Amino acid sequence: MPETREEILARIRSALRDAGDREVAAERAAIARGYIRSGHLGPEARLHLFMDRLRDYDAHVVETSADSLPRTIAALLAEHNQKKVIAAAGLPEGLLPGELSFIPEKQADIQDLNDCDGIVTICTSAIAATGTIVLTHGPGEGRRRLTLLPDRHLCVVRAEQVVETVPEAIERLGGLATHPLTFISGPSATADIEMTRIRGVHGPRFLEVVLVR
Amino acid sequence: MTIRVGESAEAPPFQKAALPLLEDPQLRKNVRHATDVIQRKRGLVVAEQTDWQELRNAASAIKAHTLRHLDHYLVQFERACTAGGGQVHWAADADEANRIIAGLVKQYGGNEVIKIKTMTSDETGLNEALERDGIRAHETDLAELIIQLGRDRPSHIVVPALHKNRSQVREIFRERMHLPELGDQPEDLTAAARHYLREKFLNVKIGVCGANFLVAETGSVCIVESEGNGRMCLTLPDVLISLAGIEKVIPLFQDLEVFLQLLPRSATGERMNPYNSLWTGVHPGDGPKHFHVVLLDNGRTGILADAEARQTLQCIRCAACLNACPVYRQTGGHAYGSSYSGPIGAIVTPQLLNMRQGQTLPYASSLCGACYEVCPVRINIPEVLIHLRGRVVREQKSTLDPEALAMKAAAAIFTSRTRFEAAQRLGRLGQAPMVSKGWMRNLPGMLGNWTRVRDLRALPPQTFREWWKAREKAAGKGSHA
Ligand code: SF4
Repeated sequence: MPETREEILARIRSALRDAGDREVAAERAAIARGYIRSGHLGPEARLHLFMDRLRDYDAHVVETSADSLPRTIAALLAEHNQKKVIAAAGLPEGLLPGELSFIPEKQADIQDLNDCDGIVTICTSAIAATGTIVLTHGPGEGRRRLTLLPDRHLCVVRAEQVVETVPEAIERLGGLATHPLTFISGPSATADIEMTRIRGVHGPRFLEVVLVR
Repeated sequence: MTIRVGESAEAPPFQKAALPLLEDPQLRKNVRHATDVIQRKRGLVVAEQTDWQELRNAASAIKAHTLRHLDHYLVQFERACTAGGGQVHWAADADEANRIIAGLVKQYGGNEVIKIKTMTSDETGLNEALERDGIRAHETDLAELIIQLGRDRPSHIVVPALHKNRSQVREIFRERMHLPELGDQPEDLTAAARHYLREKFLNVKIGVCGANFLVAETGSVCIVESEGNGRMCLTLPDVLISLAGIEKVIPLFQDLEVFLQLLPRSATGERMNPYNSLWTGVHPGDGPKHFHVVLLDNGRTGILADAEARQTLQCIRCAACLNACPVYRQTGGHAYGSSYSGPIGAIVTPQLLNMRQGQTLPYASSLCGACYEVCPVRINIPEVLIHLRGRVVREQKSTLDPEALAMKAAAAIFTSRTRFEAAQRLGRLGQAPMVSKGWMRNLPGMLGNWTRVRDLRALPPQTFREWWKAREKAAGKGSHA
């Protein structure tokens, strides 16, 4: 109801009569942000922290080089006998092992997503301190449902995408803020029953991160 | 306008509601266990964050600033969300919100919805309202599913079924999911829920969610969750409806860097919860085709008008204050008679109800201050409690029952100039006649009902808060603030 909108805004304005100076931008700029913005770790330590934190939350992590990336992916898929694997639309050329066949995301319907053995994506950035990968769902990252319905998610992270702190990641996202965004920290989990952490309630039960350095 | 907060209208006074709960040893054991585990985990990840106090200060300042300019930021959010293809609705009270949502569900031809856990919809009684309109709501959060199938009420903001243990959950699932062979390991129970809900996720066309944050700058909505049920509900259906209190707005996208560090650590003791989702209106080719936000007042503007209690609206519903509260840890959440329990419930429920109901809730506290210490947005809950006790007494002047008079006397202390500290000091001096062998057995007024069932440790020579800290330390838990 348009009247309700006016009524609520009027009530807010009358409630705030005491609030004094109403200069919004200046007041906002004056908010003290004394917390840590940028990290202090060197590249090596940062990547180690990232891998530690991922493992701490039940993700599986392997390191590889750009040259061996397709081979590493092939080995990981073979390890869990994954045959029906969906590749996110727009993955970089040469990332996937050429000898294997993948279902292109565009051809996969919701039933395929539900039935497949796994999926492969890249990401936009990653946060070491929290063991988080950030998807903005552009090329190579899949529509949101792609990384949700299948049981295994294999995500390729390049070393230079890893920042140390949450504020650094938010800053990098700046221009992409109105994209759909998904922050993933480990496989889906619950602790709703006696606070026992159980992996994989509704999202993927297995998160595999391939770190390319 | 009728403001409702869950079932608070019918709820008995706290002190009365607490009685049967205090006599349920299984419930108390479950609550104690769950709050102990979360507190321990929280302590570890908070200690690791060396700038914790700076983050709290920033969060508190951002929220206070937003509230001072709430009209500005809501209008900005509305504009940005609309530009992104969303539609914004405004609801003055619970009934209006429920009516809007039921109307939307019908408009899109639905008769069932899948839901992400939202305390705000418990507040408005949405499920029951939809039911009356012939619409079935399926809760998809594991704990909410346990509550819904068990025809129970949530007892915690973050872990609503923490009062149930595994064998109690198994009984509910066995019966309601028709799984006579179901085991009682948390893995079995979780797998049962995964199976039960997958079909709903794939078929139900309308999703309903709350919001952890509304970003004014971008018009985005943020949902923080663990299980993936949230992502299912917000990406798979054709229509998504978000019900959000007007206080959920934050000014900048950048502000998320503060709240996304504070909330998971405070709520579940994780550095980051498994999933955070943000979306802005609709995204062609990805997710729902229609997105609606319902902005709910339901008494919030009344809280905003009370400058001394306004900070109540800073709350990000992390439940750290529940887990830390010695009263909550004894009773669990049901005694609070509202969707909001614990210290935050004790201040938010009576205020939402404009102090007409729930007046006993501000007395459901020992003012120990543990809630304030853990609160990630620095809400000074003891200060607000004292302020509200004053209001209860002043606004009930005509009531001549002795308890009200006793409260009036207490209010004279509580509203004195230096407020909390003074009250504590006076309390320490004034309690001598009520102490027998170090235990307080008869406190005047409303708290008396409380001490009749629970012996409260006397305060001298330390404050309750100092004593509580020492006690936790002795139990090997350390202090987490
Ligand atoms: S009052 Fe503070 S500690 Fe309690 S739920 Fe709200 S934000 Fe969390």
